[in-house]
Amino acid sequence: MKDNLSVYVHIPFCKRKCLYCDFLSYCPGEGEVNRYFDALEKEIRLSCKSFSDYSVKTIFFGGGTPSFPDERYVCRILDVLRSCFEVDEEAEISIEVNPASAIREKLKAYREAGFNRISIGVQSFNDKELKAIGRLHDSEAAVTTFYEARDIGFKNINIDLMSALPGQSADSYLSTLKRAAELKPEHISAYSLIIEEGTPFYDMKLNLPDEEDDRLMYHETGRFLAAHGYNRYEISNYALPGFECRHNKVYWQRGNYVGFGPGAASMTENIRRSNTGDVNRYLEELSAISVSSISELKEEASPDIGLPVWENTEHLNTASQMEEFMFLGLRLTEGISTAEFERQFGKSVFEVYGPVIKKYESMGLLYQYVKSTTSGKERYLSLTERGLDVSNTVMADFLF
Amino acid sequence: MEQSRIRNFCIVAHIDHGKSTLADRMIEKTGVLTLREMQNQVLDNMDIERERGITIKSQAVRMIYKASDGNEYTFNMIDTPGHVDFGYEVSRSLAACDGAILVVDATQGVEAQTLANVYMALDHDLDVFPVINKIDLPSAMPQEAKDEIEDVIGIEAQDAPLISAKNGIGIEDVLEAVVKKIPAPNGDPKEPLKALIFDSIYDSYRGVIVFVRVFDGEVKKGMKVRFMATSAEAEVVEVGYFGPGRFIPSDELSAGDVGYFTAAIKNIQDTRVGDTVTDSEKPCKEALPGYKKVMPMVYCGLYPADSAHYSDLRDALEKLQLNDASLFYEPETSQALGFGFRAGFLGLLHLEVVQERLEREYDLNLVTTAPSVVYKVHKTDGEVFDLTNPTNLPDPSEIEYMEEPIVNGEIMVTTDYVGAIMQLCQERRGKYLSTDYIEQTRAILKYELPLNEIIYDFFDALKSRSRGYASFDYELKGYEKSDLVKLDILINREEVDALSFIVHKDGAYERGRKMCEKLKEEIPRHLFEIPIQASVGGKVIARETVKAYRKDVLAKCYGGDITRKKKLLEKQKEGKKKMRQIGNVEVPQSAFLSVLKLDNTD
Repeated sequence: MKDNLSVYVHIPFCKRKCLYCDFLSYCPGEGEVNRYFDALEKEIRLSCKSFSDYSVKTIFFGGGTPSFPDERYVCRILDVLRSCFEVDEEAEISIEVNPASAIREKLKAYREAGFNRISIGVQSFNDKELKAIGRLHDSEAAVTTFYEARDIGFKNINIDLMSALPGQSADSYLSTLKRAAELKPEHISAYSLIIEEGTPFYDMKLNLPDEEDDRLMYHETGRFLAAHGYNRYEISNYALPGFECRHNKVYWQRGNYVGFGPGAASMTENIRRSNTGDVNRYLEELSAISVSSISELKEEASPDIGLPVWENTEHLNTASQMEEFMFLGLRLTEGISTAEFERQFGKSVFEVYGPVIKKYESMGLLYQYVKSTTSGKERYLSLTERGLDVSNTVMADFLF
Repeated sequence: MEQSRIRNFCIVAHIDHGKSTLADRMIEKTGVLTLREMQNQVLDNMDIERERGITIKSQAVRMIYKASDGNEYTFNMIDTPGHVDFGYEVSRSLAACDGAILVVDATQGVEAQTLANVYMALDHDLDVFPVINKIDLPSAMPQEAKDEIEDVIGIEAQDAPLISAKNGIGIEDVLEAVVKKIPAPNGDPKEPLKALIFDSIYDSYRGVIVFVRVFDGEVKKGMKVRFMATSAEAEVVEVGYFGPGRFIPSDELSAGDVGYFTAAIKNIQDTRVGDTVTDSEKPCKEALPGYKKVMPMVYCGLYPADSAHYSDLRDALEKLQLNDASLFYEPETSQALGFGFRAGFLGLLHLEVVQERLEREYDLNLVTTAPSVVYKVHKTDGEVFDLTNPTNLPDPSEIEYMEEPIVNGEIMVTTDYVGAIMQLCQERRGKYLSTDYIEQTRAILKYELPLNEIIYDFFDALKSRSRGYASFDYELKGYEKSDLVKLDILINREEVDALSFIVHKDGAYERGRKMCEKLKEEIPRHLFEIPIQASVGGKVIARETVKAYRKDVLAKCYGGDITRKKKLLEKQKEGKKKMRQIGNVEVPQSAFLSVLKLDNTD
């Protein structure tokens, strides 16, 4: 049987950057979109050969704003992926859209091209708050996008929400939550705002909710959404049964994935790498590869040699793998499977991390439980609700 | 070398009056050193000294001078530390000289330290002649300076050379005056060896290098010598003179000479500054006077920031002690800080200098506990003992009474700031003695002050309240009964021994409150609430709380970018490693240091 693979495609374009955003995106100039997608296609075609032993289970188009450029570009890339990779029939294929640009025609084109999951960047249903964070749409547009996506036939829709926004009160956040639940999306991602260095927010005087309110909003999210049938399965993600984002879980459970586009990260067989985050370099390096040499490159493009846009290739040793297994797995509310740890590393997790586990268990931040699975009863280790709040503290202790 | 052609002298001056610059100029004018070889200030060859503009370690340099009488003279200039903390070292350096040059700043006149140093030189029977420096400055008042020297110190000053060390004016006059006014040594080369150790240093290649002034007899290679105070013996490996910045080996050192020798010295503690070296085979009858074991005035705990570096710290202290006889240390253990040392110093500056040298020269990262003076504890059972570590204070029920050291302090200040300084002394429990006016604009305030009130930040306060115009000098007066209590700090209800200290009862509340406030700023928030309490005799007198953090989570974690997340966690973990674990609270090293500087936040 072939190994599973997930594919991420980065679309680094936005009409305008939101004030809190530190992801790689910019507003493209004349001709830049075309040039970018040519490079992207080239990158995919050049490297896909080394993934012939994989079956693609999830694809995710993220950004930036994938719905910003003309829909033909992303649909073309999806076609390229299908022709280069073996994409499973049941694959989860997601695209992030912004209510400001996701007009009905686009959504329709996505659906026809094969996308089966839409992630809508709603953030808030309060127009004042939307304005304060630099979004280009109002709440009405978000609702419209949602209903249109439904109407067109998307049966798996995610809504992104943000808490702890400037000027946001616990009450206004709750009404946003309520509005979101009324729409009955299959999935809700609710992040609390982090002010990142290098973003406009970092240098602005903001009227941010205090820590008390921030936690209140965060905890209220869990309670409210649970009451509406959503299960919190990751620190910031909630889903109706059966609609957990499969692509996301691949990251936390250390599955194999490959990322295309500037800054995109990949991990296959415990080798991590990322593409250059410098878009110009990305474009130049790829356009410098002449078509005639593509066939040669195809043969050579192994994870070790790779493309000129690859950097930071890291072969993870066992210790790093264990660290990642823990700090990534613990993001999921189900936690980590102790049996899986033992299977991967040939050692009990308690042998490796005994004192740390004990310490945080006694502080009420970690707990163990037994889960019945198809292969029998398995012991899991997971963060408590309070442990999730301070997960960085706990996770840092799992580093050697 | 004919003794009549030797001049052994030192330069004494108030800080900043130009001692080192004059030394440099003299070295330049005499043969041994070319201009190119000159560092900025040859004698001050340590980083810290240069930065602070003060001289800490005695050092010596030999110069060859062809005088106007046509003869060639050997000058041995021995540098002395300028600060009151280093009194003992100054005294040993002076004992190696026959005369002294007194440098007085023509714009400042006589200062408190000038007096202290000159009196010390006169105590050692040195012939002192003054030079007036900085005469080229517009504000120079050379005649007034001369008059002041005669009035205040009582030495002849009318024919004092008028110089500018900085611009090389009048240096020749100084050199001639050295020949004429400083007496030649008059030891007996035939007598058994009698030499004074005025310094020693450790060199990783040669081992211990002993700096001596030979009074009688001679020392040469292969000879077996005895250190009289420690009775240790060793065979001399090399002898020589001090070239500027380097050693010049020679065959022997004889009566009147100043130089060095190296020997197969096993225990570096055997060579003590102030000790007398003699010939093992043919010892001199009695040692030179003046050797004393120095009594430290201020103690503090020195701990390696990383406990793995304990033995490095021990080695470093051992080597430092070699050329700093006044440094005392012994191992101690702290619950909070682990294994370390209790070290004794002559004063707070001495403490800071040692700390800096340990950190710079030995590349150690240190945690220092609050400095403490030596208290005399009289117990109810009649026992009296010296308390150097507050942690060792017995239960109050076992204490009859306690005494604390009191100093006689002299503050020289311009009259504008007399009020401000008097207020400062009052705040520090000073007892006013008198005010003497040296001239219309300057006065010397005399106070009795408890030593524990001046070891923290008195100098800083003095400087800031007088805009730099006050200078301070003190000497131990003795011990007096005092109402003292031990103030303990509890972090998360655990007493932190490294933060305990003795304080006067009236100042306990204020100090406790400030410490709690400071610690609250320093201790990062934890997963739980942390009370910080100050207590006296088990009773809490001040409290602050470090609130628990409730959020430490990376909400959004962009897809596959695990590396970034890991870096964030690694940074978090690294930060923790640099902390000290007290109970289950992580306390940054800086917290221990910050409580030493409480009054800076005033």
